[in-house]
Amino acid sequence: MARVRLDGVYKIYPDGTRAVDDLSLDIAEGELLVLVGPSGCGKTTALRMVAGLEEISRGTVAIGGRTVNRVPARDRDVAMVFQSYALYPHLTVRDNIAFGLQLRRMPKAEIAERVAKAAATLGLTDHLDRKPRNLSGGQRQRVAMGRAIVRNPQAFLMDEPLSNLDAKLRVQMRAEISRIQRDLGVTTVYVTHDQVEAMTLGDRVAVMKKGVLQQVAPPQELYERPVNLFVAGFIGSPAMNLLQGRLEGDGDAALLHLGDQALGVPRALLAERPALRGYLGRDIAVGIRPEDMDDADLDGPAAAGASGGGAAVLSSTADLVEALGAELLVHFAVAAPPVVTEDTRELARDAGADDAPAPGGGAMIAKFSPRSRVAEGRPVRIRVDTGRLYFFDPDSGAGIWGEPGRSDSREVGDD
Amino acid sequence: MSDDAATTAPPGTGPDPLPGPDGAEGAPRRSAAARAAARLGSGAVQLVLVLIALFWLVPTLGLFVSSLRTPADNASSGWWTVLARPAELTLENYAGLLDNPTFVGSFWNTVLITVPSTLLIVAIAALAGYAFAWMDFPGRDWLFLGVVGLLVVPIQVALVPIAQLYGGAGIYGSITGVVLFHVGFGLPFAIFLLRNFFAAIPRDLLEAARMDGGRELTIFRRVILPLGGPAIASLTIFQFLWVWNDLLVALVFADAANQPMTKALQAEMRQFGANIDVIASGAFISMVVPLVVFFAFQRYFVQGVMAGAVK
Repeated sequence: MARVRLDGVYKIYPDGTRAVDDLSLDIAEGELLVLVGPSGCGKTTALRMVAGLEEISRGTVAIGGRTVNRVPARDRDVAMVFQSYALYPHLTVRDNIAFGLQLRRMPKAEIAERVAKAAATLGLTDHLDRKPRNLSGGQRQRVAMGRAIVRNPQAFLMDEPLSNLDAKLRVQMRAEISRIQRDLGVTTVYVTHDQVEAMTLGDRVAVMKKGVLQQVAPPQELYERPVNLFVAGFIGSPAMNLLQGRLEGDGDAALLHLGDQALGVPRALLAERPALRGYLGRDIAVGIRPEDMDDADLDGPAAAGASGGGAAVLSSTADLVEALGAELLVHFAVAAPPVVTEDTRELARDAGADDAPAPGGGAMIAKFSPRSRVAEGRPVRIRVDTGRLYFFDPDSGAGIWGEPGRSDSREVGDD
Repeated sequence: MSDDAATTAPPGTGPDPLPGPDGAEGAPRRSAAARAAARLGSGAVQLVLVLIALFWLVPTLGLFVSSLRTPADNASSGWWTVLARPAELTLENYAGLLDNPTFVGSFWNTVLITVPSTLLIVAIAALAGYAFAWMDFPGRDWLFLGVVGLLVVPIQVALVPIAQLYGGAGIYGSITGVVLFHVGFGLPFAIFLLRNFFAAIPRDLLEAARMDGGRELTIFRRVILPLGGPAIASLTIFQFLWVWNDLLVALVFADAANQPMTKALQAEMRQFGANIDVIASGAFISMVVPLVVFFAFQRYFVQGVMAGAVK
């Protein structure tokens, strides 16, 4: 158990590509920090630099107060769980787990004891004499975990350990990893591209984009106060709706114009984020989470638009309704243009779209209560929780919040 | 099924009739390859294959039978006549061979040449293959390109220069010289083979071993070697066979005291005849040993050694 620190770490390839760009992280003892981001964002490279499998171009990595830049992987006393599990196919489960201990010339009795304990923790006791090829995917994943925990290392490094499991097993193993990590209290760096995994597992989550750290914060803060469009769009499922709007002053309050419709911005929100005043009369990027919208007709038409400062209802036509049982996902469009910045392009790339959303689209998704009677092709009125609107600078993509920099919880402390 | 008609037709009568209109009844049409594979599975085709295999074995059988007949019998009648007179068979030739110091000496020479050559080639090639596949050192790719280039050098071009070199070094005619020559010319292929096999081992496995605390040599010994078993076994068999059966290198580099079996047996061939009793039984003995080696290493040919390693 040790503190893991990355200080101004770079990974620069010979062709000049910066896979990791000035990454500084301070991971406390026993903390589980999740590195998350779209593929190619440098999260795995960062992890491999901590592991010692990748050379550090610049900056320092320290584990337990010891700078390990020049320490080979075998002497760093960290254990890694690989995405592919990387089990030794010629060894039994027992020998796979014991391998690291055998190489360290630990007495046989102690090895046996430790292996038995790890196997019991992971429910592998009955499979110790089997070879990896005779195990199911979930069991292989457990063996990979066992190989890490049996060594009792200073830190665990996990590289998308659940991405090869099917959805159901993934949820189960996610809970198990969380439990084991808490029980053992071992500092853990966990890499994933799955934001649900990141949110559920991490004590803190670090979001990366193209090698650059965007924000490190506890999951809830990441959700509530994303520092920029990228984090806002990456965290949350379905993703936050991002639209180009226009903010107009209206006495104390303000009106947010989205195409031919308008939403009132509550006074309280304006007071909380004074910087918004600077955007009056200008274009602004606005984010609305699907879960902050609901069917306006649900509580009777009169209930709509009551909150201070004007309307809180959008009108549109439901293009598609996905019933998930506990909720309805309603796809609709408003006439506002989508936000197109470098951040949203990166998000679209991650989502598998070749291009940024089609121009003029303004496609949105709302999460409705299942009691809603919205139907495809029918008009729909959407009530927006205007107190929970997100605003971003349309050019830089930076979030507009109360105190500048407050949500940027990057720690640049000293030893 | 539309194929039943085809399988009941006698084999070898010609190509299958095309599936008739019944193919349109809903049974999926199978490809020509699939139909051919189905026919190969039928007993009649297997019978043909067995017959071909037996036909290929006839010369070996002839050699074996000849080795069990006296020189006089061999001179007066063909080996197949033994089918009518099995009483002719005798172990005399083999007994004579054991009393023949030239042959016994040459047998040991063959062993002394083949075993060290094979071991050296496999050992050096395994280490070199690992280095070429997984270790970073300057000029690695160029060196490997050089190894690949050496694959195309025919040994004949090297015979005279090497003989001169050996003369200068004082090992001409010795077993050491023969072994060195075999090792030198066996290595390019051996390195090439093992390097490619090792390179196919998933990188994650080596990194896992590195994280587990393994040094290069430990990783080589405990991960690469066990996983490389099939490749190493086949390389061992190939090398053993090539060196064991070699005549050319022995003719050039081995003197009479150090000659292997191939050279000794060849010497029994005369312009107007041959010592068939020595040649037949000696050749048969020289054939049996590689077979033993083959069966000994066969168990290392396991399919799917990598199963379960990475998903």
